[in-house]
Amino acid sequence: MIELTRRATFSASHFYWNDAWSQEKNEQVFGKCARRNGHGHNYTLEVTVAGDPDPVTGFVVDLKWLRDVMEREVLSAYDHRHLNLEVPEFVEKTLVPTTENIAISAWKRLEPAVNTAKGARLTRVRVYETPEIFAEFRGES
Amino acid sequence: MVHVYFGRRYHLSASHRLHSESLTGEENRAAYGKCNNPHGHGHNYVVEVLVGGGIDPETGMVINLAALDEVVQTSVLERFDHANLNLDPLFVNQVPTTENLTRAVFGVLKDALPVGKLEHVRVEETENNFFLFQGE
Repeated sequence: MIELTRRATFSASHFYWNDAWSQEKNEQVFGKCARRNGHGHNYTLEVTVAGDPDPVTGFVVDLKWLRDVMEREVLSAYDHRHLNLEVPEFVEKTLVPTTENIAISAWKRLEPAVNTAKGARLTRVRVYETPEIFAEFRGES
Repeated sequence: MVHVYFGRRYHLSASHRLHSESLTGEENRAAYGKCNNPHGHGHNYVVEVLVGGGIDPETGMVINLAALDEVVQTSVLERFDHANLNLDPLFVNQVPTTENLTRAVFGVLKDALPVGKLEHVRVEETENNFFLFQGE
């Protein structure tokens, strides 16, 4: 088995807010991230797929195909969007769009598509909010 | 509970000299090369800390970034940044290779986190080499 990782970038805005809390508590816990007009990041999405190389092509999965899956399932929804206001999983579920929750949400968007590739499975999604901050999800174990 | 990993990278600059008291001068030079030069040298280290755990449903976080920063600042950066690693008590009996620095950082952070489990410490000594410790 070998792991293959592809990166892509997207830019989005967000803010951190828990409706169940007072403004004061939100500001205390989330600091500047609680400012309601939001702020933005250049995110990097890293998607890791594991499998055995196909004996004919030598590929675990075709990287162009993986790029298209990432584009269709994640980037088209997240890139140049306000996560709290425009991305369904954060709007409808009032899920705070932390890097942790973005990693899980991206996983849920990618997994059904990635796992249609014969013999390959999604093993890791890592989301960098800045070059110094990232969250990683390896699926429910 | 859903298990997620949160990672954060920190920078520290420190000096060290790789020299083992149990080797002769010649053996030290053979083993460590330039790193054995008597007055030491320095690096800009990058310390990556990975914390695993469940997501707090109220905050959406594994660990609050500010809380992690404070722990790393207090227990790692204040101790090792702009310091000579050879003079730290941890390196009295062991050579301050980046392998040993990685284990040392893991050791001081492991029980200091307010929440979550320390999954790994990864230290980059230069852009081209790094060391990873995931605990015993």
